[in-house]
Amino acid sequence: MAVATTPIRVLIGKVGLDGHDRGVKLVARALRDAGVEIIYTGLHQTPEQIVATAIQEDVQAIGLSIHSGAHNSLLPRVLELLKERGAEDVTLFGGGIIPDDDVPRLKAAGVQMLFQPATPMQDIVTFVKGLQVER
Amino acid sequence: MMKERKPRYTSLSGLEIDQVYTSDHLTDWSPEQDLGRPGAFPYTRGIYPTMYRSRLWTMRQFAGFGSADDTNQRFKYLLAQGQTGLSVAFDLPTLMGLDSDDPRARGEVGYCGVAISSLADMERLFDGIPLDQVTTSMTINGPAAVIFAMYLAVAEKRGIPFHHLGGTIQNDILKEYIAQKEWLFPPEPHIALIVDTITYCATHTPKWHPISISGYHIREAGSTAVQELAFTLYNGVTYVDAAVKAGLDVDTFAPQLSFFFNVHNDFFEEIAKFRAARRLWAREMERRYHPKNPRSLQLRCHAQTAGCSLTAQQPMNNVVRTTLQALAAVLGGTQSLHTNSMDETLALPTEEAVTLALRTQQVIAAESETVNCVDPLGGSYFVESLTNRLEEGALEYFSTLERMGGMVRAIEQGFPQREILDASQRYQHEIDQRERHIVGVTDHVEQERRSIPLLKIGPEVEQEQVARLSDLRKSRDPFRMAGSLEELQEMAACHQSLMPALMEAVKAKATLGEICAALKEVYGTYREPVVL
Repeated sequence: MAVATTPIRVLIGKVGLDGHDRGVKLVARALRDAGVEIIYTGLHQTPEQIVATAIQEDVQAIGLSIHSGAHNSLLPRVLELLKERGAEDVTLFGGGIIPDDDVPRLKAAGVQMLFQPATPMQDIVTFVKGLQVER
Repeated sequence: MMKERKPRYTSLSGLEIDQVYTSDHLTDWSPEQDLGRPGAFPYTRGIYPTMYRSRLWTMRQFAGFGSADDTNQRFKYLLAQGQTGLSVAFDLPTLMGLDSDDPRARGEVGYCGVAISSLADMERLFDGIPLDQVTTSMTINGPAAVIFAMYLAVAEKRGIPFHHLGGTIQNDILKEYIAQKEWLFPPEPHIALIVDTITYCATHTPKWHPISISGYHIREAGSTAVQELAFTLYNGVTYVDAAVKAGLDVDTFAPQLSFFFNVHNDFFEEIAKFRAARRLWAREMERRYHPKNPRSLQLRCHAQTAGCSLTAQQPMNNVVRTTLQALAAVLGGTQSLHTNSMDETLALPTEEAVTLALRTQQVIAAESETVNCVDPLGGSYFVESLTNRLEEGALEYFSTLERMGGMVRAIEQGFPQREILDASQRYQHEIDQRERHIVGVTDHVEQERRSIPLLKIGPEVEQEQVARLSDLRKSRDPFRMAGSLEELQEMAACHQSLMPALMEAVKAKATLGEICAALKEVYGTYREPVVL
């Protein structure tokens, strides 16, 4: 028998100026289909807007897509703002064009997971559903 | 009968493909009506009678990174390697009309292209490059008119007459709302601004393409070939309609329009797409506007191999993909081509990678002997059948868009956005289900990741840009600068031609961000209808 769980709430968004939203929308759709409650921010969000929305919507995790190469400054900035606002319990994960060399540094800074190009969709769903189990 | 490997065969866009094609597939097809001769209506076979026998396509690698000086060096390198035209990639802040020192630009300066915030940046970008001899394509949309004004100001300073300038500004905002999503103003004022640049170019820069109506980004966002064809050409019709409604004679500007298509993996479908595009455009232009100049009927285009087809895994395989795609563009009769570098799924290309990409085109041109005969696949039962189906599919979308009240209304309702998203989801599903295969990703996977050298952009690019802008703001005449922006706003508010006011503003050292902010005060900003 399945244990009744409240669906996990996740903010999915695009931070920075890049307009590549093909991947992020497919991820949002796949998570939604898997029973995850999705808050989708749309494009061109600043780290400040992302964190404000995350707190307002009381999400458990934030998933950000970046294809512009600006991940090294934008993702740490989101973590910093979460900390400032006392919301460091919110899990941050990311995806997009993120070269191998940048992954260890971002993970060390507190990004829980980074999904690089050609990650099977199921891996992302499994990761997000795993967050639910942990709580 | 031998058992086939799969129950059904489909094109990359999902068109059912039969085992073999015969005259039975072309019962309604007429060689006179539907094929014609190269250089003659309906231009299925190409817009010129002799095509590559007279002139090869322009080899034009999209380039831009870091500062104007970094990119200037890359341009000179590419020209020295035998490239025949320039193509500028701007960074995201520039594409969004923001200066390098805007808080929203932080971390993005010089990353996806070159940072250009002022006329001084533009002068350094083209330093030592003969603008009257090299044609320049600039991928800029929201702030296209501003960047064009900077280019004109550089030419003016060097004493180059405007009618000697050849090149293109992308200037296609409809596909921004649909796919690339780097916008500034709402659709109505923006289309009016585009008509303004079309009008200006018709009079002052006869060799300049004031717009490159682009399917590339629509395809990259996940569309099918049919959707790319349909939405791009319908956008084209939308611009022509707006210009004609503004009082322009179609023959004064239509010969300067250009198009830009993606070349994806499905070899024959892509060739058919180029052929269908030319035929459909010629027919629609003829039916709607009855132009007198045959050049108004001809679809000229640039093509770029599909960035979204590249894989991070086994990146050297990308050279092979790009070669096949480039060959399809050549067999499809493109006028200009960019071949992606193998590292572009991970970063902007290194010098070595971009050289190999350019060499790919040079090998096709010099060695493959595919350039000898015009439209070599014309008359193939299969290719003609595909050409017909792509044209028919596009026309079905045309009817839907007409019923919706045109492209702007359709975009507001999220129609093209949703169609593309659905198509990209289908494609992803097919890959996840292993109905489609990608070497190195779904098949022949290697555990060990092969790494290749990548171009890195350092933080000093942003720091130097910010310092340069600070100096610029100190060095200019504040009254002349502010006056130029006021004049610009007045012109915009009363729908006057903006190009002279934009030229004055850039020469008065107003920055790109300041000019775009001034125009936003008049035109407003765009809010996307979120489609999920």
